[in-house]
Parts: sequence; structure tokens; C-alpha cells
Amino acid sequence: MLTKRIIPCLDVKEGRVVKGVQFVELRDAGDPVELSTFYDEQGADELIFLDISASHEGRKTMIEVVEEVAGTLAIPFTVGGGINAVSDMRSILRAGADKVSLNTAAVKNPELITDGANYFGTQCIVVAIDAKYDEELGSWRVYTHGGRTPTDLEVREWAKEVVKRGAGEILLTSMDQDGAKTGFDLALTKAVNEVVSVPVIASGGAGAKEHFPAVFHEASADAALAASIFHYKETSVKEVKRHLAEKGVNVR
Amino acid sequence: MIGIIDYGMGNLHSVSKALERLELDYFLSGDPAELEKADGLILPGVGSFYDGMKILKEEKLDGFIRDWALADKPLLGICLGMQLLFEESEENGPTEGLNLLPGKVRRFSGVTAEGEAYKVPHMGWNKLTFKQPEHTLLQHTEPGHVYFVHSFLVTTSAEEVLIATAEYDGEVPAVVGKGNTMGTQFHPEKSSFLGMDMLHNFAALVKREVTARG
Repeated sequence: MLTKRIIPCLDVKEGRVVKGVQFVELRDAGDPVELSTFYDEQGADELIFLDISASHEGRKTMIEVVEEVAGTLAIPFTVGGGINAVSDMRSILRAGADKVSLNTAAVKNPELITDGANYFGTQCIVVAIDAKYDEELGSWRVYTHGGRTPTDLEVREWAKEVVKRGAGEILLTSMDQDGAKTGFDLALTKAVNEVVSVPVIASGGAGAKEHFPAVFHEASADAALAASIFHYKETSVKEVKRHLAEKGVNVR
Repeated sequence: MIGIIDYGMGNLHSVSKALERLELDYFLSGDPAELEKADGLILPGVGSFYDGMKILKEEKLDGFIRDWALADKPLLGICLGMQLLFEESEENGPTEGLNLLPGKVRRFSGVTAEGEAYKVPHMGWNKLTFKQPEHTLLQHTEPGHVYFVHSFLVTTSAEEVLIATAEYDGEVPAVVGKGNTMGTQFHPEKSSFLGMDMLHNFAALVKREVTARG
């Protein structure tokens, strides 16, 4: 059986790792290459790098970071942020990333998912979805631009659409839980997982190792992502996995 | 020196990087005349069996690889590269493979015998069961987890080519081989320490063969 994956996420700005707290406050948490080796040794199953640089120079730096990481890391990694065209995907995959993650660009131009899947294979295409519960909608609404811009999309409908277009995996971030450190959004994760046939990575809300078993047991997530609790060594990938194994979750 | 066969089907970069991490000499080429100079070959690959075979034929690499393997020179197929070693695939209608190992390639059904749906591709970390722990590739390793990404799998009744397997709606051939022709369904270059150990073992085999052949 496949194991449940634990994925540290590294937000990268101008070549340095930072972590957005509720998408606004940023703190410097280290060097991407050093951190990625550290996480591999800790037993991380995969890594995700999100490029949050706004500038053209920042994007070019990101390609260099990807090349450097690819040269040292022996586990798969995904790169997201600022990918707007097939040519962006190509340069990141060529630099050595295993997958690319699309977010705002996929909402603006869903054809990009189809094109990416056709050129590089569905296993390379992750669609990241940021969602927030909406009373009026009676469900979760999809947001873009790092959670700043609401769309008209309902999360399950959008998830089904991206899979139909060739997304090989969904990275689902709960904006309600992100940064709150009170646990993953089980209802959201379960709702999306029920309507798609591809792996779902739950993201947002991890504040302690005790938060991880539920997202696998109750929401059937395939993977769980966390950032700050790992970067600031509040817990470690190793501790999370040990705890999961004790709770009967199959991990590597 | 290891030659990595460059035929336009993916993961060359990650395989090269893995060899660099192990401080192994290698070169990339799609030209049989160049590849002939190598002591061992790696056939990587991501994508469709049909496209892979089509390019191998166009580049006249199919006959070259077959002759190489029939001379029992070291050959390692990775992912699609492993599947191409078999007789045929049902992908895009039956497509003939390199026919070096007995078995066929079919798609995961996505539904268990009990009618329960499961996810395809088989993507993520799965645990190996060693069938032939004494095999070259498994030297000094323990059965652990390795990283898979594939929608098609090999089916074979030839137990002797199964070196290690994983469980995913049944038995999935994970390491296969006959003589010095071998392959891994998973990505050793993405499988942390265990995968790197297997690449190291392949390189050691290549070195031994060079010495043995003088």
C-alpha cells in the first residue's frame, strides 16, 4: 500500500525561504538547499517550493534555486508560484523539478492545465486551490492571488474541473485554517477528496503533530503539507511520522 | 563509464543528477555509435510506451539496445525504460517492446476485484518485498520504501524475472531482471537513500564487468 506523505512547504522569495503567516507577515527561515537536504534526512516524502517573488529577477533566481536543489535532493519536489505559461513549466521542469503547481493562472486560463498535462504528463501537474468557507455560497469559495481575490468558483466544482483537464494532484489549502495552528480543515479536505480521483494534499492549520492523524483517518487525505511548524522546529517530520505510525497511519 | 540513453523521453536530468551525487562518470547520448563506447547503459523514460518505442525505432536504438542486452552487457531501465524491456504494451493498442524480458504491460484497472475504486496513477512511496534479496541491485540494502509514479504495470508469469515487488491492487513488479538486463518500475533517483544505494550497486556491477572483460 502507498504510504501517507508528509510534505514540508518552503516559500521562497528572492532565493530565501520565508513563511507567510495568514499570507501577510513574512519571516526568514533559511536557505532552500540546506533546508531541503535537512528535510530529506528527516524523512520528508516530498517538498514543495512556492516562489513568492514578485520581480522578474526573483523568478530567475528561482530557476537557479531549482537547479541547485535538484542537484542535491534525492526525493521528488514540486515548484509553484508565478507559473503563467507552458514555457514557465518547461523551464522549471528542465531545471530539475518533478512537478509544477498552478494556482491563479489555472483559474484565469484553465487551458493551461490541459496544455501542461499534454506536454509533460498529468503526473507533473499539480493544481493548488486556496479555499475559504462562504456563508452565502453555503460552501467553500476558491480564492486566487495568494488568497486576496475571491472568484465565483465553488471548490468541489473547480476541483472536478481541474482533474478533468489533467491535474494529477490537488494541493488544497484552507484559508480558514491557514496560520491558525488549530488543525487541518477536515470538512473541506473530505469534501474535495470525495469528488476527485487524484491525490489530495491537505494544507493549512497544522500546529502540532497531534493534528496529523485526523486528516488521514477522517478526511482520507493522501498527503499533508506543513511549513512553519517544521521550519521553526516546533516539531519535526520524524516526530510527526512516529506519531502517525503509533496512530495506525501507514508512513515511510 | 555509464551511458544514459537520451531519446527525448523525460527524466534524464534527475538520473544524471543522481549519478553526479554518487560521483559517477556518465555521458548522455542518443547515438548508438557513441553509446557503444559505454560500459553500462541506463534507459530512463517517462511517458507513453508507444511514443518511447517509436523514437527508439526511428533512432535505430531498438536493435542496438537488444544486441547490447543479448551480449549480457549491463543495462538498467527506469520506469518507462523498464517497461520497454518487456514484450508488449496494451497502451495505444498493442505495441511491441524490446522483448528482452517475458511479460506484458497493462494499465491499472482503477477498480479492485471487490468493485472498490482506487487511485491511478500509483503515485507515492510504497514498500518493496524482496523476492531475490541476493540480486546485484539489492546488495547491502533492506526492503524499504521507494517512489513510484506510473499508470501501467508489468504482468508476467515468469517468477524468475521478479526481483522485488510492491503491493497496489495486487503484486506490482518493482525490480525485474535477467542476467545483466534489469529495471526498476520506481524512480531510484527519487527514492532517497534506498534508491541511491541501488544506483550505486548498478555502477558497481558496471565496474566489475569492465574488470572481468579486461
